[in-house]
Amino acid sequence: MSKRRSDWESRPQARFRKWYKEGFLALDNEIIDHLTRTTELPENIEDRLIAQQEEMTSRQHERTLALERLDQYNMLAWARTRGRKAISRLYVILALALGAMMIFFLLETVALMPRFGDPATPGANIVSERYITKGLEETGATNIVAGMILDYRAFDTLGESTVLFIAASAVLILLRIDRNKDGSPVQELIAAESDDRHYEPRNDRILQGSAMILTPIIFLYGIYIILNGHLSPGGGFSGGAIISAGLILYLDAFGFDKAGRFFTYKTFTWVSFFSLSFYALAKAYSFYCGANNLPSGIPLGTPGAILSGGLIMPLNIAVGMVVACTMYIFYALFRKGGL
Amino acid sequence: MWQLLYENLEQTVAVILFGIGFSILLLQRNLIRKIIGLNIMDTAVYLFLASMGYISGRKAPIVVDGVTQTTAYINPIPAGLVLTGIVVSVSFTGIMLALTIRLYRRYHTLDIDEIAMLARGEDA
Repeated sequence: MSKRRSDWESRPQARFRKWYKEGFLALDNEIIDHLTRTTELPENIEDRLIAQQEEMTSRQHERTLALERLDQYNMLAWARTRGRKAISRLYVILALALGAMMIFFLLETVALMPRFGDPATPGANIVSERYITKGLEETGATNIVAGMILDYRAFDTLGESTVLFIAASAVLILLRIDRNKDGSPVQELIAAESDDRHYEPRNDRILQGSAMILTPIIFLYGIYIILNGHLSPGGGFSGGAIISAGLILYLDAFGFDKAGRFFTYKTFTWVSFFSLSFYALAKAYSFYCGANNLPSGIPLGTPGAILSGGLIMPLNIAVGMVVACTMYIFYALFRKGGL
Repeated sequence: MWQLLYENLEQTVAVILFGIGFSILLLQRNLIRKIIGLNIMDTAVYLFLASMGYISGRKAPIVVDGVTQTTAYINPIPAGLVLTGIVVSVSFTGIMLALTIRLYRRYHTLDIDEIAMLARGEDA
């Protein structure tokens, strides 16, 4: 610690010099002054000490902060470069291990499953026996699967059609580009249309010529599949998918303007609405009759004829229309964001 | 075990396909590839169900000449279940692709990690 001025002044030599120069009074003043000052001095020292300590601690604090920041930066840098790589590699290894483990345990299970093609498999129990032996008699459908899904398990199929309809609605919500309130197209719609025109060449003679020939044939085939759903493999879902393929081919060849003449949002909503409500009402009627042991009054017809199977053919038509509309609207929305 | 697996070849293939689809779902960061992986898993389930319904030497469950013995036809139930599965799979594939399009429009990337990071940046 450095020697302070007051210490130096209170030395015996300095006091003697002062006494020699200025007499006792000055010395007394000096003493009084010294006494009054001593009450202040320690405080001053303490203050300074405290200030110094504070400065020291703040410096240390700043230093630790800087070090921490450096550490953090290093860690982030590590996480961004090598750490990310290491973690993603670990993730890949774990994912592969999980996949391999799943395959292994499922293969162990497969080895314990009943043999392929075994007649005594537990899956072929009384339920399927009932469907096969009584199906033709009770539903009138030659195709046992059609009789099963549209008669015995019709509730399931109604749910399926509803799932499809809800999916179409969800995609509509997500992807549809609306017009302004006054009917003028928004910027996004103009961009989508120009994009569409750019990627889909119009007036392609080969495409249009083949679409002219193919579209009616595809429609006919789809209608055949739907109408024969109770007689042969097929039904509403497959036939509807085929019809929607024909619609999509037409749309690709002739563009949205021509396709919009017969298929708009209104077509979609009304066809879906009527099909689903017809399905629900028809099944409600037959469930009501079945549960109360009433005669339904719907003739089953001769097995194998086109007009047989009771409600199965109309239900197939309803399902087919829902599926065709849904698939077409999926395509239109994904391509341009609207019809 | 190998002999048993070979006898159930269809189910073995289905299980392996399922595992492949699951691994794709975990490993790929591209959303479209994830959807493809999910569809591969679907296909595996259909194959498994269809193979469960088959009984060797019997025919498809379409009544011919009025024969309605159980010994003549295979099990019709898995066919109906697969039909349901296909429809649901089409529906959710459509919804997921639509969501992917919306995500791409907003973030201009299909990488799920980048999308997550960008979304986190938006929150902060």
